[in-house]
Amino acid sequence: MSRGVAETMGAGHRVEDELFLPGHLGCQGCGGALAMRMVLQAMGPKTMLVIPACCWAIIEGPFPYTGLKVPVLNVPFETAGAAAAGLRAALDAKGKTDIHVLAWAGDGGTYDIGLQSLSGAVERNDNILYVCYDNEAYMNTGVQRSGATPEGSWTTTTPVRTPKDRPKKNMIEILAAHRIPYAATATIAFPDDLAAKVHRAKEIRGARFLLIFAPCPTGWRMDSRYMITISRMAVDCNVFPLYEVFDGDRYHITVEPKGVPVREYFQMQGRFRHLGDREIEQAQKRVDFEWRRLLHKAMQEPFGM
Amino acid sequence: MKKVIMGNHAVSYGVRLARAEVIAAYPITPQTQIVEELSEMCSDGRLKAKFVKVESEHSAMACCIGAASAGARAFTATSSQGLALMHELLHWASAARLPIVMTNVNRALGPGWNIWTEQTDSLAQRDTGWVQLYCEDNQEVLDSTLMAFRVAEAVRLPVMIVYDAFFLSHTYEPVDIPSQEDADALLPPRKLEKGTFMDIEDPRTFSNMTPPDYFMEMRFKLERAMRRAKDEFGRAAGEWKKLTGRDYAAIETYRCGDAETVLVAASTAVSTARVVVDSLRGKGRKVGLLKMRMFRPFPYREVVDVLRRTRKVAVLDRNISFGSGGIFATEIKAALSNVPGHPPVYGYIAGLGGRDITPGTIEEIFDRTDRNGVPDDPITWIGLKP
Repeated sequence: MSRGVAETMGAGHRVEDELFLPGHLGCQGCGGALAMRMVLQAMGPKTMLVIPACCWAIIEGPFPYTGLKVPVLNVPFETAGAAAAGLRAALDAKGKTDIHVLAWAGDGGTYDIGLQSLSGAVERNDNILYVCYDNEAYMNTGVQRSGATPEGSWTTTTPVRTPKDRPKKNMIEILAAHRIPYAATATIAFPDDLAAKVHRAKEIRGARFLLIFAPCPTGWRMDSRYMITISRMAVDCNVFPLYEVFDGDRYHITVEPKGVPVREYFQMQGRFRHLGDREIEQAQKRVDFEWRRLLHKAMQEPFGM
Repeated sequence: MKKVIMGNHAVSYGVRLARAEVIAAYPITPQTQIVEELSEMCSDGRLKAKFVKVESEHSAMACCIGAASAGARAFTATSSQGLALMHELLHWASAARLPIVMTNVNRALGPGWNIWTEQTDSLAQRDTGWVQLYCEDNQEVLDSTLMAFRVAEAVRLPVMIVYDAFFLSHTYEPVDIPSQEDADALLPPRKLEKGTFMDIEDPRTFSNMTPPDYFMEMRFKLERAMRRAKDEFGRAAGEWKKLTGRDYAAIETYRCGDAETVLVAASTAVSTARVVVDSLRGKGRKVGLLKMRMFRPFPYREVVDVLRRTRKVAVLDRNISFGSGGIFATEIKAALSNVPGHPPVYGYIAGLGGRDITPGTIEEIFDRTDRNGVPDDPITWIGLKP
């Protein structure tokens, strides 16, 4: 049975029991930092982390310090999938099959430069859990657009005169096409759902992927106190639906959205401030289309527009 | 037990005898038979290794980095474009102090596409912190594979074994396959020092952000380990000689005692040069040969000890650093530069892209060196078509 966050992080919980220690170097309101705390809590101490270049290569702390109580292997930007596969192979060769290998990469290292090595690991069905904490741009280097940046968004390489003109890559679909045993989306605003998915992933052998929505107040140009609010809103307006896919085939939507207008989600973030009514309406249409398509895949509604 | 095998299979036998635990590789001509044979060995149980069939050479090295970080004995093999693709990770492997062993079958880099031998691919990686050993025959390929793991693990640095495409990779020669007992005596299981590998009982963070306060000392230690690699190679070679009678050293000399002109060469061209030296000696010419087995760490003392006594030094380079010259020649010049009254060094480029280096090629190099005054150009091309 999966345990909820209430049991692992709620009353009676001691900081000393955490695998992610206080004093990290994340920005105020970092979604990626909280995501790590929740995932490690569910993974437990028999976990080895593989971290490529990403915000987390800073957040963990510089040599000779560390912010984590599990072994961590830092690796080059595009190698999380392959390095995790090698670590797994070594542990298996030594009979340490009970240790979990957790690759932990940002959206740049997953959607863009690391896509090939991730694809290789998933195609081979290497026994690793790969988590992408998705803050929708290259935040560590100062907010440049990535393949995960949503259409219409401002970044430092997509100025407001010419904002991003292509939609965000659908990472889950790419992995579903590999027939990955388990892929799911999650957010820190729904911690029980997140923990349940980590526990589910832990029980499956082979390649597993978790896409965690990780707001970046710094890059999204918003107040850090709204980090959880914006995470919840992304789900409720269908911009980031929470679902899971088994064997690339069976879709299961895990949280029912409230149907908040996309406009409200956009209005909270400076990165969308330049968008006019027409652009926002177009974005709403696209979100509605993708949501209906997801419902169809989950066989909750026939596909017809 | 003697067997007639190709150079590539000599590597596979060496990796099996070394009891490699993780292999990650991507196919590239002329390396392919190494990994094909290793796949067979893993499949029929002769080798109990996890073979990760990665989707690129970049991932092959990343996979070896992951595996070696957890204490496994890791191996990969590549050539040319594959090695170039790995470049970023070659630096990473050495700076992370991982004893990975890799075979690189020398092959020219494109364009135009060329699958034949040339040393520019491996020599272009000279600054990556890898020990580099160049082999002349298939026996040396097998023995070097075992010694490579021994040296790598002793100093915690990666080692690259290098040899010529086709002239060795696909050429069948009789090779004495060492017994498993001898291999185990040279190469016991990898010793894991506390704090140097991913360990659930001793959680540490490896290769994280390293500020200027610490970075330089790490590089100093890497350089110190690199220098120690030469001594460790000597130690391993000494033990291997006791076990098998076969003798290896960082460099080898042939008829250099009273030589007035010494040719420096590496890889299969050395065998050809040996024949030429004998033939010229028969005609009364005082020529000798220096074989470079170890290129990194560069065996300065050994090289200088031999070359300072001669009148002229010729260097045969099957490689080129554009705008500078042959890479061995450049290094030999640097080694001699602080020796008062050192002999002039003549750099010759030959055999690029797999063009044959014949006895005639080498004779021409000796003739030109003996005939000419000090060359005003660091490069003399041999065998260029008009």
